[in-house]
Amino acid sequence: MTLKYDATLKYAETDEWARVEDDIVVVGISDYAQDALSDIVYVELPEIGSEVSAGEVVGTVESVKAAADINSPVSGEIVEVNEALEDAPEIINEDPYGAWIFKVKASDLSELDALMDAAAYEAFNATREH
Amino acid sequence: MRYIPLTDEDRQAMMATIGIEDIDELFADVPAEFRYPDLALPAPMTEMEIMRELDMRAAENANLREFASFLGAGAYNHFVPAIVDTVLSRGEFYTAYTPYQPEISQGTLQAAFEYQSMVAALTGMEVVNASHYDGSTAVAEAAIMAVNIQRHKRRTIIISPTLHPQYRAVLRTYTQGMALNIIGDETADNDFHTLIEMCDKDTAAVIVQNPDFLGQLHTPQEMQDLADAVHARGALLVVSTDPIALGLLKPPGEYDADIVTAEGQGLGNSLSFGGPYLGIFAFRKKYMRKSSGRLVGETIDADGKRGYVLTLSTREQHIRREKATSNICSNQALNALAAAAYLAAMGKQGLRKVAELTWHKSHYAARQIDQLEGYEVMEELPFFKEFVVRCPRPVAEINRYLLEEYGIIGGYDLSQDYPSLGNAMLLCVTEMNAREEIDDLVTALDEANAPHIRLNLEASL
Amino acid sequence: MKFDDYIYDLSSPGRTGIDLPDPDVPETPIPAELLRDELPLPELSLVQVARHYLRLSQKNYAVDKGFYPLGSCTMKYNPKVNEWAARLPGFTAVHPLQDPETVQGAMGLMYELQEMIGEIAGFDAVSLQPAAGAHGEFTGVLIMRAAQLARGETQRHKILVPDSAHGTNPASTSMAGFTAVQIPSDKDGNVNIQALKAALDDEVIGIMVTNPNTLGLFESQIAEVCDLVHEAGGLVYGDGANLNAIMGIARPGDLGIDVMHFNLHKTFSTPHGGGGPGSGPVGVTAELASFLPGPIVALNEEEGLYEWRHPEKSIGRIKSFYGNFGVMVKAYVYIKMHGAQGLREVSEIAVLNANYIQARILQMGDYPVPYGHRRCKHETVAQGKIPNADGVRTLDIAKRLIDYDFHPPTIYFPLIVHEALMIEPTETEDKETIDAFLDALDKIAEEARKDPDLLHGAPYNAPTRRLDEVRAARQPVLIRLPDAKVAT
Repeated sequence: MTLKYDATLKYAETDEWARVEDDIVVVGISDYAQDALSDIVYVELPEIGSEVSAGEVVGTVESVKAAADINSPVSGEIVEVNEALEDAPEIINEDPYGAWIFKVKASDLSELDALMDAAAYEAFNATREH
Repeated sequence: MRYIPLTDEDRQAMMATIGIEDIDELFADVPAEFRYPDLALPAPMTEMEIMRELDMRAAENANLREFASFLGAGAYNHFVPAIVDTVLSRGEFYTAYTPYQPEISQGTLQAAFEYQSMVAALTGMEVVNASHYDGSTAVAEAAIMAVNIQRHKRRTIIISPTLHPQYRAVLRTYTQGMALNIIGDETADNDFHTLIEMCDKDTAAVIVQNPDFLGQLHTPQEMQDLADAVHARGALLVVSTDPIALGLLKPPGEYDADIVTAEGQGLGNSLSFGGPYLGIFAFRKKYMRKSSGRLVGETIDADGKRGYVLTLSTREQHIRREKATSNICSNQALNALAAAAYLAAMGKQGLRKVAELTWHKSHYAARQIDQLEGYEVMEELPFFKEFVVRCPRPVAEINRYLLEEYGIIGGYDLSQDYPSLGNAMLLCVTEMNAREEIDDLVTALDEANAPHIRLNLEASL
Repeated sequence: MKFDDYIYDLSSPGRTGIDLPDPDVPETPIPAELLRDELPLPELSLVQVARHYLRLSQKNYAVDKGFYPLGSCTMKYNPKVNEWAARLPGFTAVHPLQDPETVQGAMGLMYELQEMIGEIAGFDAVSLQPAAGAHGEFTGVLIMRAAQLARGETQRHKILVPDSAHGTNPASTSMAGFTAVQIPSDKDGNVNIQALKAALDDEVIGIMVTNPNTLGLFESQIAEVCDLVHEAGGLVYGDGANLNAIMGIARPGDLGIDVMHFNLHKTFSTPHGGGGPGSGPVGVTAELASFLPGPIVALNEEEGLYEWRHPEKSIGRIKSFYGNFGVMVKAYVYIKMHGAQGLREVSEIAVLNANYIQARILQMGDYPVPYGHRRCKHETVAQGKIPNADGVRTLDIAKRLIDYDFHPPTIYFPLIVHEALMIEPTETEDKETIDAFLDALDKIAEEARKDPDLLHGAPYNAPTRRLDEVRAARQPVLIRLPDAKVAT
């Protein structure tokens, strides 16, 4: 099964993707991540209003057999979370790049430079054991 | 060759397949200097011989089938109907493993689900887990869960001094590496008002017991007021309770407890010298994912048939490892099964009747004892099952008299745990204590206070 | 929604099971404000209760029914004389707070058990208080913490845990307030000594090892591992889950382990009960004896009496009362019946059976055995990666084994082996059963190649088909009460 990569997004080694809308960074998890987890049963969403730093664990995505941390790719304040995930966490499996998880008002957008583009992330995944 | 079916022929054939000539070859990687130690153990015994030895050992113990007992303090002599042991003796139940392969473990799983449901009804709570080790570790796990729920931002746990002394000790042992403050039980006098005053922005939870260790009962209104005050300060309320009491009395779920724990031994489990027991653990649905311990859930199979599975396993150690809500792996499955069979057999009416009998007998005993010269029942609040008696002389002396002269096992000596109470005894009376036993106890207590007895006892001690 | 065999749906108002006598004392009024309004428990006749539980039990697989080759669980035969012993009224009807003089039989049994476990495993002192293996592990980690603090080593906060470790190891580490640092295994399945050396510093409390490890292999450099850790000022914790492989063969205490927990419900034959109760005693060296949880049983030789003693620097009580006494009785009987020779034979045959299985699987060629170049101990780890059967995973193989009337082995553990199938036969299995099991594995491999969908849909012969665990996790239904008082 070929994994999908959205070329317009940036990616972290911890499998989050990021999209910028002005100073808001929208975050979700990649197709690689949702495929590894398989059926997602629950998402522990970050707390709105909390201050986070780049790399900090802000929530979790759980399947029946595994739980994966969600790391914020940038520092800032959590301003919105995708409440649709409370009742239908499986939309991440169906549409990982459409089903965003949270939005951060970034304090330093240059932190995004540390992320990979789609091609680099795909190459990175080739080195990992699945 | 006790339980080993392999014949010599089998062994030879197997060694040939493996390609060895001697079993020793399988242990060649064990360093020679450590290999084959001589174990200084007693010579092996046959089944016949061990049964004889065990009969003798068991006979060395004064057991409650032969001695009347008024001991409680966290372990209770309640009635266990014969059917409970019939259920527990099914090989399919007791020799089964943890139900990780649910398709062939539906017996264990459904029984556990039914246990969860019945205990939810009993405690008035929304979710019940498949059990913790006992009432003490359930309290410790409740405290840890509360700290988790509060996202580790509140590090204080307030505990009532009338929470079972052993539970408070276990809580402190469990949390010694967690940088938490455990306060509230510095003096036996700290009542709910004091505990509420101690409650501040750093308080994760307040833990109380009702009926408490001394048997005292707080009214539902008092408990509701406590819950409201604790919640107003942003903390959680944990209540440790007694399951037999809940056959009669308002359950903690109805006065807004967040987590309810209890020692479930009184439900169909024998005293068994302190274990194995049953940690009842119940909580609000919204805290479900922060809970510890196994949970059984209902689902369907590939044909659409109802079935049961262990669920929400990502909380647990085998998946979450160092981030698990607890390290707990097993539960007290067989003890929970006993409790479920007990509740099923006793039912709504039976459990209530047990609680009523316990109520009437214990109150009768208290009244009779209170009338004795030198004895005073410390009864400021209503009580359930247990009450405190102030005695005219050390409890150890009185209990010696009771045992030697009447074959009665007296109540628990409170002088170590609650020195401010003086010579005080915690007396427990359940449905198992016949009136004659209670009357004998009263007579014996009275005699134990008599002047001439005083001299004799002091001489023998 | 009604189910034909759900306990609440069998209920009928007014039905009673057990009758109780009327009060034989004058009644005392109960204040109305204390009373609950409803008590929603079922109302069944005893006939219904008996049938309900018997029918439920018949849906279970069990050791008394068949083979349970679960790696790391040691599902050996549960002797019935153990059950008989634990049910003696002189043990069941005894209150823990009775005067010690009235319970010398029980205390004597505990004392002897403490001594025998210490002798078997090579430790100077033992506490029987922990209620389960994980409980014993947590106790052990707390003991290590207390010992290091007593030495003045307040800067130590890391515990080294092999990547093959059971999940309870890192979980226990966290509960004690420490950080688990993972140490990789080498190609022979042993702790990687180079990695260990690199990880050792003065912040390390100690290491948690399992020997034999969860790959079923004896850590042949265990003495070196212990020496290295000790030299760095650390302590060695031993997870005793796999003790069934080495009784009378080697003593963990001799190998350098400082503190260890034992699983009475594994090695010492007490039944698993569908998930518990277990018992997880902890053994320690003389240096650590004063930190044990208490009370433990001591012998007052002068008076010839057993008494309760709290170790002077105890980490504290880890449970109410003394531990799972009812489980201890069973282990006591087991050890007394076997003696030293008997226990050694147990380990020898447990290891023989596992090696036979490993050799046969290697010969069959259907399942890779990643460490098959070594003699295993009491368990062997294969992989559910059948050649030419790409669509089939370990889960499918496990579910199909159920149709052959075998409980599947442990699956997907240890984590360092992809698609793991951990097989532990124990010594109480006969050759016919083992051969039948291997035969089934062979047939399943054939099915996997010819008809993978058959395996995807397994099991077909069990009380239920494969159950939807995703649904159970997404919409949890954890209780079901009448009048639609259903919680999710």
